[in-house]
Amino acid sequence: MIKAVMMMNTQGKPRLAKFYDYMPVEKQQELIRGVFSVLSSRPENVSNFLEIDSLFGVDSRLVYKHYATLYFVLVFDGSENELAMLDLIQVLVETLDKCFSNVCELDIVFNYSKMHAVLDEIVFGGQVLETSSAEVMKAVEEISKLEAASNSISLVPKSVSGWRGR
Amino acid sequence: MEQLKTIGRELAMGSQGGFGQSKEFLDLVKSIGEARSKAEEDRIVLSEIDILKRRLLEPDVPKRKMKEYIIRLVYIEMLGHDASFGYIHAVKMTHDDNLLLKRTGYLAVTLFLNEDHDLIILIVNTIQKDLRSDNYLVVCAALNAICRLINEETIPAVLPQVVELLNHQKEAVRKKAIMALHRFHRKSPSSVSHLISNFRKRLCDNDPGVMGATLCPLFDLISEDVNSYKDLVSSFVSILKQVTERRLPKSYDYHSMPAPFIQIKLLKILALLGSGDKNASEIMSMVLGDLFRKCDSSTNIGNAILYECIRCISCILPNPKLLEAAADAISKFLKSDSHNLKYMGIDGLGRLIKISPDIAEQHQLAVIDCLEDPDDTLKRKTFELLYKMTKSSNVEVIVDRMIDYMISINDNHYKTEIASRCVELAEQFAPSNQWFIQIMNKVFEHAGDLVNIKVAHNLMRLIAEGFGEDDDDADSKLRLSAVESYLQLISEPKLPSLFLQVISWVLGEYGTADGKYSASYISGKLCDVADAYSSDETVKGYAVSALMKIYAFEIASGRKVDVLPECQSLIEELLASHSTDLQQRAYELQALLALDARAVETIIPLDASCEDIEVDKELSFLNGYIQQAIESGSQPYISERERLGMFETTDYHSQDHHEVPSHALRFEAYELPKPSVPPQASTELVPVPEPSYYSESHQPISTSLVSERESSEIKLRLDGVKQKWGRPSYQSTTSASSTTQQAPNGTTSHSDAGVGSSSSKPRSSYEPKKPEIDPEKQRLAASLFGGSSSSRTDKKSSSSGHKSAKGTVNKPATIPKEIPTPVQPPPDLLDLGEPTATTISTMDPFKELEGLMDSSSQDGGSTDVMGLYSDTAPVATTTSVDSLLSELSDSSKGNSHTYQSQTSKGPNTKEALEKDALVRQMGVNPTSQNPTLFKDLLG
Repeated sequence: MIKAVMMMNTQGKPRLAKFYDYMPVEKQQELIRGVFSVLSSRPENVSNFLEIDSLFGVDSRLVYKHYATLYFVLVFDGSENELAMLDLIQVLVETLDKCFSNVCELDIVFNYSKMHAVLDEIVFGGQVLETSSAEVMKAVEEISKLEAASNSISLVPKSVSGWRGR
Repeated sequence: MEQLKTIGRELAMGSQGGFGQSKEFLDLVKSIGEARSKAEEDRIVLSEIDILKRRLLEPDVPKRKMKEYIIRLVYIEMLGHDASFGYIHAVKMTHDDNLLLKRTGYLAVTLFLNEDHDLIILIVNTIQKDLRSDNYLVVCAALNAICRLINEETIPAVLPQVVELLNHQKEAVRKKAIMALHRFHRKSPSSVSHLISNFRKRLCDNDPGVMGATLCPLFDLISEDVNSYKDLVSSFVSILKQVTERRLPKSYDYHSMPAPFIQIKLLKILALLGSGDKNASEIMSMVLGDLFRKCDSSTNIGNAILYECIRCISCILPNPKLLEAAADAISKFLKSDSHNLKYMGIDGLGRLIKISPDIAEQHQLAVIDCLEDPDDTLKRKTFELLYKMTKSSNVEVIVDRMIDYMISINDNHYKTEIASRCVELAEQFAPSNQWFIQIMNKVFEHAGDLVNIKVAHNLMRLIAEGFGEDDDDADSKLRLSAVESYLQLISEPKLPSLFLQVISWVLGEYGTADGKYSASYISGKLCDVADAYSSDETVKGYAVSALMKIYAFEIASGRKVDVLPECQSLIEELLASHSTDLQQRAYELQALLALDARAVETIIPLDASCEDIEVDKELSFLNGYIQQAIESGSQPYISERERLGMFETTDYHSQDHHEVPSHALRFEAYELPKPSVPPQASTELVPVPEPSYYSESHQPISTSLVSERESSEIKLRLDGVKQKWGRPSYQSTTSASSTTQQAPNGTTSHSDAGVGSSSSKPRSSYEPKKPEIDPEKQRLAASLFGGSSSSRTDKKSSSSGHKSAKGTVNKPATIPKEIPTPVQPPPDLLDLGEPTATTISTMDPFKELEGLMDSSSQDGGSTDVMGLYSDTAPVATTTSVDSLLSELSDSSKGNSHTYQSQTSKGPNTKEALEKDALVRQMGVNPTSQNPTLFKDLLG
């Protein structure tokens, strides 16, 4: 089971954090800090796996991937395959990349709810739900379309639509 | 075109609440991003909290505003601040009819609330309503929330609807309903136990996504109870076969592997089902063999499947051909340049080594490379492997390595683990007692505060009891060596408390036993310890007791005791100590110094820490005193019952003497007077057989050790050790035969010469033949793996040859991914596909699956899984006609290729700059110089 998904930048600021078992806010912060301090001390060109029993309890593994200014982190237990989890990060990033065409840290910061929508399509309640990036995209696009339909008339702020008209 | 796309994207983002969020929010994000310190960030967030508190209380907040506030709340909670004041607004938002708002509300509550939160009760009703919604997206959102928010008590409220949704027409809903049911099962298995058959039914779902999702709960169920699912083995195998034969829609391909995540899950399930089951293992062996041939080991995901195959093979009943294939895959992993693959290789090796122990030998150099790798993860994994393959012939090298590593790290958690492993290995395999004590000293010295206190007690007992049964000479030698090593170590600064306790105890017991060291020398050292660690009362207590023993032995042997001035001042200091325990010890020491030799010898006999004590429950030593008293006219003692005339024949006497019933004051009967014993010289100091205070002196510790011997988990396995320890004639016929039996590598593949050398002198027997390999490393390899030299060099040369070949083949293959790299099966290895295929081909696996599905699913109709998949394939392609998506989705062969070409084309950076400019226009300056793109994405 996947225990947590985190994204944080290279300064250790969390950009997205989702825990699949409830954790109080303080504990979450502690874990994020703990993970970051481990990650930031890792040299380049080493494996992407870590065993972090000390933070998450017995039989916890962590897989991370470093993209430009961001760390993508998955924490999971022994019932998952490390290499597959590494590829799950890849699926996530590929999907985000399709969503935002060339995703960057700013996209993630400013599209918080959409990020969660994408993640919810891939990992659901701690289990891998969907691994086909095209399927995920399809689901997310459908959500966005419907949201846009229910939204466009009443909710687009005037200032922004005016600005976009230029 | 590019511009159009950018504009389209902006539009899309705007309406999704991307850049459409207000300047306020963007400013917040920006200022937090630019905060230089945690304090500054906190200040910003706190003021934001103030603003939000005020805003949320305003009447008639527009919904759009409210949504943004909720997102801001989520954001500040992610930064670690309390946003509970706004939870209720998030709950309210879930009631909204607008899908966007509802989804935002659900997102916020799933992030904010735990399943036992008070506000959940307000949401359950909404969830129930939403599960019945016509809009499947609303249903999905509700299912999403269920996973997080429903606890054991509220499961029944939503369960019927979730079960209904298992047959929803949308596969996305079915998928999530299965997951929700799985979640329920995890939370409270009893609540859904009657619904488990649904999982079996959904395994035959005509959507591969739903089928894949069903594997998750099935995996859990099977790991709980393997036997009820044995009937599914053949259907899992046939599904796996279909997947590998690419019968699934193209959209499930990932890096040109067909549905790899489903394959992995299936392999995990098969590993569970096949372990210890001959029949099941045979059924799956063919498909496993196929997988080895088909897997593309140039991609990460292909290797993930390979690793999973190795794992599966290590779990099921051993099949020689599959083992060979697995060993081959492992050697590929280990020879790879990627640390990830090396890690997997080491892990796989650790699994296979249980089945075929000689497999490690051909990889010895790779293992040693991993051991010396700067990557900590890899190193630890390798230590795990070494731990698994430790035997008496290589224990010294392995434990030495472990200790070196233990000293070098700071991570207390891992330090504890590796220390306990060292202790365990040392206790199990120690070749000599000197070595054992040395190792224990090192462990205590560097991780003393982290090891279990029982380990210290074990060590003390070991030194006290010795190893040989009647070899007193060896025992005293051992003790002397322990004392010498401790005297050397004792002046080191900052020793761990536990270690000092051991040192003090051993010095007290055996410091002067040999006569090599004078009492004043040892007592001076002990005083130094007590002074240097004056804040540690336990250590001081041990030191004082040790002093007492030293002086006692001196007095008992008739020598005159000169108490050193520093000892005297220590005693005086302790007499006034705040700790009653230390005071007690100091007074006892003082009293002891005033006694004569005979009394002292009775109190503290020499080297009696392991003698069993006999408790004189009858208090017979008082008989003489009583006799005297009676003779001088006292009344004999009459028990209370006798006095009251109650002669009941209860089993009162058998009760423990000090157990006094609480309701009345009673006294136990003394023994009837017996013929007198001559009274002892100092009766009041005769050892009372219930020493209550000092927990450290002889008797108590021996009793505690005796009791520990039965209870403790960490204890010496003396049964297997006795033959080896204390016998310098290590290669005598009996011991040699026992060690060779333990060394499993010298059985079939090697000549008998290897067997002889493996246990006795592995280092010297080895002669380096390959100059390019560091002789140091080779020696290490030899001592670790202990094989014969000739076979080792052969393997090495073949392995190095392999390495160079791989370098030329593999390097170009990894970069351009769309070039289909042919999987080259080693010709001699995997010939198992054909012959087995012919034998099994008589029965059609799909027919089998058909039969299974008919029996398990009543809805019928859908029988041939692959037929269904091929039906759905065109549907999947036609529905995805989104403008953005279709551009990207035609890169079905290799997604990575598309991205690479994008990055190389150039508009990539332009786009980033545009995005940057866009943000600047909004008044937000990006934090970094330039929003760095995922340049290294897939590259």
